[in-house]
Amino acid sequence: MSSVLYDTPGPRAKRRNVLFSVVFFVLLLLLLWWVWQTMDDKNQLTWALWKPFTESQAWTTYLLPGLADTLKAAALAMVIALPLGGLFGIARLSDHRWVRVPAGAVVEFFRSIPVLLLMLFANEFYARYTGVSTEERPLYAVVTGLVLYNASVLAEIVRAGILSLPKGQSEAAMAVGLRKGQTMTNVLLPQAVTAMLPAIVSQLVVIVKDTALGGVMIGFTELLNTRSTLAAVYANVIPSFIVVAVIYIVLNFILTSFAGWLEKRLRRSKRSTGVVLGKEDVEELNAAEIRGSFGTGAGGGI
Amino acid sequence: MKLRKVSAAAAAALVLTLTATACGGDDKDSSDTGSGSGGGDKIKIGIKYDQPGLGLKEPDGSFSGFDVDVATYVAKELGYEPNQIEFVETKSADRENALARGDVKFIAATYSINDERAKKVDFAGPYLLAHQDLLVKADSDISEGTDLNGKNLCSVTGSTSAQNVKDEIAPKANLKQLSGYSECISGLQAGSVDALTTDDSILAGFAAQDQYKGQFKLTGLKLSNENYGIGVKKGDTETVNKINDALEKMVSDGAWETAVKDNFGPANYKNEPAPKIGNIVK
Amino acid sequence: MFDFLSDYDDPSIWGAFWMTVKLTALSGVGSLVWGTLLAAMRVSPVPLMRGFGTAYVNIVRNIPLTVIILFTSLGLADIFGMTMGASDFKVQGFRLAVLGLVAYTAAFVCEAIRSGINTVPLGQAEAARAIGLSFSQTLSLIILPQAFRSVIGPLANVLIALTKNTTVAAAIGVAEAAFLMKEMIENEAQTLLIGAVFAFGFVVLTLPTGLILGWLSKRLAVKR
Repeated sequence: MSSVLYDTPGPRAKRRNVLFSVVFFVLLLLLLWWVWQTMDDKNQLTWALWKPFTESQAWTTYLLPGLADTLKAAALAMVIALPLGGLFGIARLSDHRWVRVPAGAVVEFFRSIPVLLLMLFANEFYARYTGVSTEERPLYAVVTGLVLYNASVLAEIVRAGILSLPKGQSEAAMAVGLRKGQTMTNVLLPQAVTAMLPAIVSQLVVIVKDTALGGVMIGFTELLNTRSTLAAVYANVIPSFIVVAVIYIVLNFILTSFAGWLEKRLRRSKRSTGVVLGKEDVEELNAAEIRGSFGTGAGGGI
Repeated sequence: MKLRKVSAAAAAALVLTLTATACGGDDKDSSDTGSGSGGGDKIKIGIKYDQPGLGLKEPDGSFSGFDVDVATYVAKELGYEPNQIEFVETKSADRENALARGDVKFIAATYSINDERAKKVDFAGPYLLAHQDLLVKADSDISEGTDLNGKNLCSVTGSTSAQNVKDEIAPKANLKQLSGYSECISGLQAGSVDALTTDDSILAGFAAQDQYKGQFKLTGLKLSNENYGIGVKKGDTETVNKINDALEKMVSDGAWETAVKDNFGPANYKNEPAPKIGNIVK
Repeated sequence: MFDFLSDYDDPSIWGAFWMTVKLTALSGVGSLVWGTLLAAMRVSPVPLMRGFGTAYVNIVRNIPLTVIILFTSLGLADIFGMTMGASDFKVQGFRLAVLGLVAYTAAFVCEAIRSGINTVPLGQAEAARAIGLSFSQTLSLIILPQAFRSVIGPLANVLIALTKNTTVAAAIGVAEAAFLMKEMIENEAQTLLIGAVFAFGFVVLTLPTGLILGWLSKRLAVKR
């Protein structure tokens, strides 16, 4: 598409593009040079601050256990939120008003509240009213917050997935005499799940990113939290931040690429209905649905 | 059949994550932390993980610091060998809760005795008298509390020490609150804050780290008295008495002095002499 | 029952939500501008700019907002000396939070606008080129005006997400809603009530945004 926006560059345009490139390149270099110089000035490039990351102990004692907790919280949240989201997504499509409306209200409510608020609330709730031990409580709180929020987002994904199927599918199912429940479980859901897979994997990225909130605000010992223990030992606040950021980027990049690969692969396959939902499709569907629902928006993976 | 393959793959992935989390999950034994002198039992003790010289999780996974040494000694007197001790991290905000629920037997984590806390937990000790102080750059001209007016002062979110300074000593100090002391020190080194305030025992530990050696100094102002006690569940007088006995013994047999030398010596921290049990310096 | 709400004055409950609104509004405008620039870079004829735009979006999208916000305080302010023209740490924290939110949200704005550009029919760009418009003219006069109208829906979602994301500013001590809620919930006994009050506040903030922009997106949609 982008190439449609401009003509194939002629000699003058080529010169201009080269000029722009050079100017932009120089600006970028200046920025990088300034960053490098300042870090050097402030002694942030001293090898002693970076050396710990070349040794195994910094990883085995601090970062990897933190990463394990990040992944554990993310996996638990996804595994619990998925069936819950499916349930609410289907409930919102119900023919009965008394099912559809409450389900819609619950989904819209939890989508409109920041996940941090849910975590803070869950943390305090567990501390006051339940027998969850002090050590386990942050994990419970983080997972609870993530589940409440993401189940409502996944409910929208499920709904979008089912709505995206050709109408002929449910009509044909009814024509051969399947009941509503059978149509859903035997015909619509299996196809919708395939269509939703890429969007679901993308949602994992959001979940992984949100675990970091629990580390900073309620003391959950995930990656960002164990980073601060590490920084107390090696006195390397900035280097440890950069390393942790890179870990997040790599981890989420793998998830994003996997989602993209899945989407392409599913779009190619001939036997399915050909419906595949990427992240953007869900967003567009949500935007289209805004008039009907309260319209608090899924926030599209932010 | 493509569909089935994909669903199967998804199911497999789900099962994998489930088992993975199950393995990483609750393999801790719910050992009884309540009984006094147990044979094969474990004891859970709350400490800090991120305070050099007091309670620090070392790269090899062991723990070091004055609080840790005191806790280990006390545990020994209660009948637990070092290998029976399980140290857990108790963040400042969680200390009362962890004791009330019985998640830890006792807490030695720069836990200053004060009236409000004494309503919720019982304290043994004190075992160390520290003072609120300022850490400044070695060439800084801040020597009085009032010098802080108009200066940038760093402390940790939720700590009372910074508020003390602002309320009573230097109302015009510009307060920056960060999530940890190491973050504050990083700012102090870079020059974005002029001073860092908390207990001198904690400050000394940070200032003695290799990366910071010689760059900072303590002002020695003694802005407050912090009596470090060992927190015990409210009403557990038996344990309080046992710990008090242990602390007395630790001082009399010289182990207290050794622990002080081991942990504060490198930091060049001039500590107060061992406090008398129950003698809380206001 | 609601007595405790008036016990807090630094910030008060109104002050805290007002801070949330200010964060949202400023970061919203900032990220719209920066995000549009990024989108322009991503479709520009200069390969290096395209590369930068793509790299920026892919990197920033994959870092937790918490890391970015903390880094503005610990990295930009402390190490790089970017005090944002404020010596008071409260003001400085606010401005740094806006900066972090803009840097993060712009990546999503960029993607939304890019998807909007893709919805503009090829013929539009071809016609623009046929009458001799340059790239910047094609983009600013023909493509973007149409693209913006079609992405109001997705952008509304981004704005709502931004409103919720402002709570992350509490991590560097900006006194907004989540900051106050944390303080209240730790000191007061009415956990459920406090939770309900703050949840209600956010529902009030996000519902109208969704409804108004939803209505707007339908009204302004380019009819084809």
